[in-house]
Amino acid sequence: MMLKVDNISGGYGKEPIVKNVTFNVEKGEVLGILGPNGSGKSTLLKIISGILPKQSGKVMIAGKPSSAYTQKQFAQQVAVLPQLHAHAFSHTVKDTVALGRYPYQSGIFSSWSEFDEQAVQEAMEFTGVTRYENKAIELLSGGEQQRVFVAQALAQQAPILLLDEPTNHLDIAHQQQLLDTIRNQARHKGITVISVFHDINLAALYCDRLLLLKDGEVATIGAPQDVVLEQEIHEVYNARIKTQPHPELPKPQMTMLPNLQEKAAQFHVTKADVTIQQDHVLLQSSQPLKTISSAVHNAGLGWYRTFVNRGVNADYMIEDVQRENTDYLRSHGYHLTDTVAMMTAVSPEHVEVEEYEGELCSIVVVVTAGVGNAVDVSKSWQREDIPYFGTINTWVFINGIVSEEAFVQALITATEAKTKALQDEQVKDPESGTIATGTSTDSLLIASTQQGTSLPYAGPITQLGKLIGKGVYDCTVRAIHSYRRAVGGTQ
Amino acid sequence: MSKTAIAYAVSIATFLVTVWLGVSIGTVKIPIETLWNQSDETASNILWQIRMPRVLLAGIVGASLAISGAAFQGLLKNPLADPYTLGVSSGASVGAVITLFFGISIPFLGPFTLPVFSMVGAAVTMFLVIGFARMVDRSMKMETIILTGIIFGSFLGSVLSLMIALTQEELRQIVGWLLGSVSMRGWKYVTMVLPFFIIGSFMLWLNRRELNALLFGEERAHHLGVNVKQRKLMILLGGSVLTGSAVAVSGTIGFVGLVVPHMTRMLWGSDHRHVLPLSLFNGASLLIICDLVARTVISPAELPVGVITAFIGAPVFAYIFYKQRRKGAM
Repeated sequence: MMLKVDNISGGYGKEPIVKNVTFNVEKGEVLGILGPNGSGKSTLLKIISGILPKQSGKVMIAGKPSSAYTQKQFAQQVAVLPQLHAHAFSHTVKDTVALGRYPYQSGIFSSWSEFDEQAVQEAMEFTGVTRYENKAIELLSGGEQQRVFVAQALAQQAPILLLDEPTNHLDIAHQQQLLDTIRNQARHKGITVISVFHDINLAALYCDRLLLLKDGEVATIGAPQDVVLEQEIHEVYNARIKTQPHPELPKPQMTMLPNLQEKAAQFHVTKADVTIQQDHVLLQSSQPLKTISSAVHNAGLGWYRTFVNRGVNADYMIEDVQRENTDYLRSHGYHLTDTVAMMTAVSPEHVEVEEYEGELCSIVVVVTAGVGNAVDVSKSWQREDIPYFGTINTWVFINGIVSEEAFVQALITATEAKTKALQDEQVKDPESGTIATGTSTDSLLIASTQQGTSLPYAGPITQLGKLIGKGVYDCTVRAIHSYRRAVGGTQ
Repeated sequence: MSKTAIAYAVSIATFLVTVWLGVSIGTVKIPIETLWNQSDETASNILWQIRMPRVLLAGIVGASLAISGAAFQGLLKNPLADPYTLGVSSGASVGAVITLFFGISIPFLGPFTLPVFSMVGAAVTMFLVIGFARMVDRSMKMETIILTGIIFGSFLGSVLSLMIALTQEELRQIVGWLLGSVSMRGWKYVTMVLPFFIIGSFMLWLNRRELNALLFGEERAHHLGVNVKQRKLMILLGGSVLTGSAVAVSGTIGFVGLVVPHMTRMLWGSDHRHVLPLSLFNGASLLIICDLVARTVISPAELPVGVITAFIGAPVFAYIFYKQRRKGAM
């Protein structure tokens, strides 16, 4: 155990700001301290570093109480990264970093050793400030200055590093650089890091464990996913948040849920919003819809107003489909970040659009079905991978507030309805000769207004599920008929 | 040759040249050979009995004020701090004048009674000024400290005036002494101030690394492993010893502690390992030159040297203040 904080209380005046705080930090661990303004984060750090007195409790550093160390010995164990300050006098970068070796200097005359010099050079290299070595520190930008102080703290070669909002006043590139450096240092050299954070997301991203302070007391301590929880954050910060997974790392991230006064204008998606253009089907909504899709353009989750299902010729053969499609949308005047677009070989007049009303909600279903490329998914492993044409594109627009769970259920329900339509229409996989379950390039889109009735579920026997099942089935059957009339065959 | 080596070479050379100028220029021109060739007895007498002690005293006083200025500036992170602007010189004057006024002589201190009382006056004022400034504004902004210095300086100045008014017959002499002068002091004063100069300078030099750390603030210095309380006390005492002993022998000479460290930093950086010794030489040079000007410019009459230093120092003070405010560093 590198650092043990045992039941400490203390602060500036008589009334303790930090109360009965206990926690341990392992060697090489990064612990983040979080809490609202005035919760005692900085005070806690200052008590640990000995700037402020503690009224009771113990701080154990490497197995010994912190009071057993002299000031220099303590600095050999614990380095502190300060918040950025302005200075009246200018040191050079190298002189500033070299101050980190102060705890190792002794005697009347200079005792600067080879080892000190090496520590300084190493720290400067690690933080990338070597090239400013002889520059005055005040001539550097805020981000560069902060790196110089990181180098100073690293030159101290202490096994414990304390940081107080290290990324204050830094732009995001410098925040990332700084925290990457510290995190890497912790990993490579086994340095134990305790840092106060203002930003919950940064803390969750870079820390192994988080300690949440409320009114000077520990509210929770644990792994980020056990601390950054809607309930916990709401209790401590009194702010409405929602958590999401980080897109690259198994760490939680939070988003604020604003309590806005402005009331969003009520709107509905109706059948009339769908228009058939020269070479595409278009749905324009007056307000953004929460959307999940497997589209060509803007797949995944997002909020969009414009929905395009573009008909292309059967001989459409483009290497960079994304790029060509982007150019296409741009040339038609669609706002790229506001648009979801799919492609199909079916021409737009064969689209089937229908509106379905339930007691609680209504939905609009839009389907184009080209089944020349029908596939039985259970037999597809036998197929060779050559390009086929024909796609079933399904859009389901829901007027209501759809939960995340319901979104996923809607995807399942819509897919099942489509497959059932193919079965009833006897659409066959031409390779295996069995009933097809879809085509090789089907796309599905579920979008909702997030207004009106709350719709927590969309399984097959919920009201929303019933509408989706019936709607997608009907529209797909009709789209297959329309397609068959157009090609004149019985695929 | 490294930048540091150049800095020392230039500073020491300047010092030697000013000593040479100081001993040779005057109503009677003394050739430099007199130093080793004693054939001309009058010249030799003037050089060894009058000019040399005066030049050395000016050098020691200038050096003392410059190093203590450098140390105060580092400790307070305040480029405008010096014994004069902090009111410490006034405190030392009050200590000295009290000694003269009451004719105090502590037996075992003997001739050192005056400088010791002066140092006590300096130290007490120093702690009062810093204590008060901290009480007013915990962050101890540049202006707060200087204003506090002015408040204490003015108050102590009026105490001095009161005591002078009460002495009457020696009025002129004390007024001259207050304006700052190193004239007609002789070797007695050199030997009186030298031990304190050595002790005070050494105390500050021992804290050169600590002063570097303190430039980043007390909290930062603490984190770097500096025993802040103990080191601060040592620096304040060292500065008081230097200021007190300098004031005891030469009265209040302002701005040397401001101008010299500023120039030194501007030319060679703010590393106290070098700022302190370089300020020593440059402070000595500056006061020797100022004294030379003071006694020759309206010859045969003499100006108090404090007039000359203030004449140079006040504009530099204004310049530093302007630059610091522009920088917005405070």
